Amino acid sequence: MAISVEGACKRFGDFQALREVSIEVPDGSLTALLGPSGSGKSTLLRAIAGLETLDSGRVMIRGDDVSTQPAQKREVGFVFQHYAAFKHMTVFGNVAFGLKIRKWDKADVERRVHELLDLVQLDGLAERYPSQLSGGQRQRMALARALAVQPKVLLLDEPFGALDAKVRKDLRAWLRNLHDEMHVTTIFVTHDQEEAMDVAEQLVVMNDGRVEQSGSAADLYDHPANEFVMSFVGEVNRLGEHFVRPHDMTVSLDRDAGEEEAMVRRIVALGFEVRVELVLGDGTEVWAQLTRSELQRLELQEGQIVYLKPGQTKSFNGDVPSSDGRGASTPLGSQDGGDAEVSAAV
Amino acid sequence: MRTERRWGLRALGLGYLLALLLAPVAMIFYKTFEHGLAPPLEAITSPDGLHALKLTLLMVAISVPLNTVFGVGCALLLVRHRARGSALIDAVINLPFAISPVVIGLSLYLLYGTHGWFGPTLAEAGIKVLFSVPGMVLASIFVSLPFVVRETVPVLQEIGTEQEQAASTLGANAWQTFWRVTLPAIRWGVAYGVVLTTARVLGEFGAVTIVSGSISGQTQTLPLFVEKQFQNFNAPGAYGASVVLALLALTTLLAMNVLKRKEDA
Amino acid sequence: MEAGVATRAEAPRAGLRLPGVGAGLGRGAVVLYLSLIVLLPLAALTSQAFEDGLSTFWQQVTSPQAVRSLELTFVCSLIVVAINAVFGTIIAWVLVRDDFRGKSAVNAVIDLPFALPTIVASLTLLTLYGNDSPVGIHLAFTRAAVVVALLFVTLPFVVRAVQPLLIEMDREMEEAAASLGAGGLTVFRRIVFPNLLPGIAAGVALAFARALGEFGSVLLFAGGLPQTLVASVFIRQQIESGNETGAAAVSVVLLAASLVMLAAISLIQRWSTRHAH
Repeated sequence: MAISVEGACKRFGDFQALREVSIEVPDGSLTALLGPSGSGKSTLLRAIAGLETLDSGRVMIRGDDVSTQPAQKREVGFVFQHYAAFKHMTVFGNVAFGLKIRKWDKADVERRVHELLDLVQLDGLAERYPSQLSGGQRQRMALARALAVQPKVLLLDEPFGALDAKVRKDLRAWLRNLHDEMHVTTIFVTHDQEEAMDVAEQLVVMNDGRVEQSGSAADLYDHPANEFVMSFVGEVNRLGEHFVRPHDMTVSLDRDAGEEEAMVRRIVALGFEVRVELVLGDGTEVWAQLTRSELQRLELQEGQIVYLKPGQTKSFNGDVPSSDGRGASTPLGSQDGGDAEVSAAV
Repeated sequence: MRTERRWGLRALGLGYLLALLLAPVAMIFYKTFEHGLAPPLEAITSPDGLHALKLTLLMVAISVPLNTVFGVGCALLLVRHRARGSALIDAVINLPFAISPVVIGLSLYLLYGTHGWFGPTLAEAGIKVLFSVPGMVLASIFVSLPFVVRETVPVLQEIGTEQEQAASTLGANAWQTFWRVTLPAIRWGVAYGVVLTTARVLGEFGAVTIVSGSISGQTQTLPLFVEKQFQNFNAPGAYGASVVLALLALTTLLAMNVLKRKEDA
Repeated sequence: MEAGVATRAEAPRAGLRLPGVGAGLGRGAVVLYLSLIVLLPLAALTSQAFEDGLSTFWQQVTSPQAVRSLELTFVCSLIVVAINAVFGTIIAWVLVRDDFRGKSAVNAVIDLPFALPTIVASLTLLTLYGNDSPVGIHLAFTRAAVVVALLFVTLPFVVRAVQPLLIEMDREMEEAAASLGAGGLTVFRRIVFPNLLPGIAAGVALAFARALGEFGSVLLFAGGLPQTLVASVFIRQQIESGNETGAAAVSVVLLAASLVMLAAISLIQRWSTRHAH
């Protein structure tokens, strides 16, 4: 295991940021810490880096207990959301910083810096200052800087949060490729589930200071442990005790084919997929996701009565997320997303 | 805004500045060189005059570095390690701004005088504080204490801690982080504070006059020299020294402006 | 120059953290330096003022000369800050909202009173407005001289306190008011002025504190005559005549006034940040 955290607890004043969190991150993997604001994911990342001290619990990096080590000694690469560029140094100076601290000799520093600038496609900009770079370029510089000293792990705190949507998408793909090439154990924090599912091999979903579930994107999507995970990772409709994915809802005009009667409230065409907003008899609002061809076949119109049949549904036996206060310590890398009822954190 | 009103305000504002600031200073230059270069030059290069100049520069050379080191350290403490006593430290640092220089001089005079708390003990050890350089240095430090701290604090707050955290993750220890990351980032704020400190020490009059006794050729800084010359009806001497101080002041103003712009950049 | 050091209370996250021992030592060093340089002398001063008991203190402070000098000082300071509040605001306005050649030079010149030694200021004012005045204005050794000298040294305070507020101010507020029918003066009175008030107040407080204690600039221009004797000159006279207790007593009064001013500045700052967005 490259990284393992055991029973981490951290509070800021009255706010409990981490409640007995334990995770394990395999060597060479690319993991996402996913969750809403306040879920503790950034705190956990910073605790691994040594930028926060835990109230209790341990952090192990490559088998060594680093809990009492300061950030300076942990050999972790850290990339901040707002880049934390050294504004008064050139790009070259920024990337060379860690090497100069380690007293590398001048020729080696030059070589390594240019090697990295090549890697992040910033060669030619070495003498520029961060203020002269775009956001995306600054973040790539920050990555180069963190990687220059060959860290044991690479930690990224909402690395694309400050960038435009298009740049974000580009850098996502770029990060994935970088990881494929370099195989550095990487953990990144995000609140964007699409980003997490797109980039990471393993996801750790956090909420309110606890780990709700961890596993691959497919695991979490198909076998969510509780309502929180199901609604955070992917879209969900609630029908009483049951939860249904919008694309699992079959819409038909035939009364016998359906279980639930609903009226079409609104039809929104979003490119390839179509979002059909519906109202049930008891006033519950749900929506179904159809393809354009399905829409055309059904010739749906607003105000029309249709019949819904949910495909795969899940229910969590009235489980509210994190009912018991103990985070699920599902090891990553195992296929144990499991069936909803079984893996609920009790 | 209507043109007449704008011109009216402009005239009012600029006229005030002219009458209050510019005209008097221009007068000094005129009066000094009224009878040529020789009289003021002679006065300022007299032994007493030169000594006064040297003493003034000595005050700067000692007080400014001390207050700079204190200022930066204190700013770091107030911004990065804020604790419960910090508000009190804040308040004490602001005191020199609000206290009369004469009061400052008197308080030092009483502390180190023959009946003071420290006076007798130090006298026995052979250390003379009053009517001597050490006392004058203490007065200079007191009056110019706040500047570097006040100018450094907002800059430190503004740059935030992320760059320092990044340096930490890259392996830098506290000193390396300070020297390579923090200090370069705050340098213009510090520089501005240093210039303000220097100007204050150069021009200090009230506190130093009480503490030093203004002994010609011994404990007389240039501002004190101006007063003495004036009292002795030696106009060229007074004006000559004033012009030197005024030129130093204008240089300071220039430096302040350049640095203020760099700080805002 | 902004009013006060006032740093916001921030929760210190990881940053440039000196190791625990380092920070403790640092704080100790700072406290030591401040005590040695500032606090101990002031303590000695206060001690001397009350050395011969409370009644002597009171006697010294209420002697006719002392009272006259304190009165003169306070009255002149009030007049001065009122005048400079008005002119300071005007000048700040001209520097921010107006544009003309040489504006940046004028902006630089505002700081002259901070840079120029006070004794030189005294001499310059004496030269221009004294007995040999080339413009026929003879103010030397009058109470007006006290006022003018204090005007000189306190000029920058209000200007520098108001400028940043003016720069930051949202012009759209004024435009909105104008679109609703408000004329220039009304806009100033109801929109601009209230927003500048914290700056003016802070500048006035600083200027007042400075004016109370001003020494060098008043000395040569107004002299030390009975009717132009400000508190600081009075104190020096008492020192020179050996009345250390008297000097200390009046100094304590000035010191108390300074502390009140500092507290006022701090309150003004807190008030102004509450309204800031």
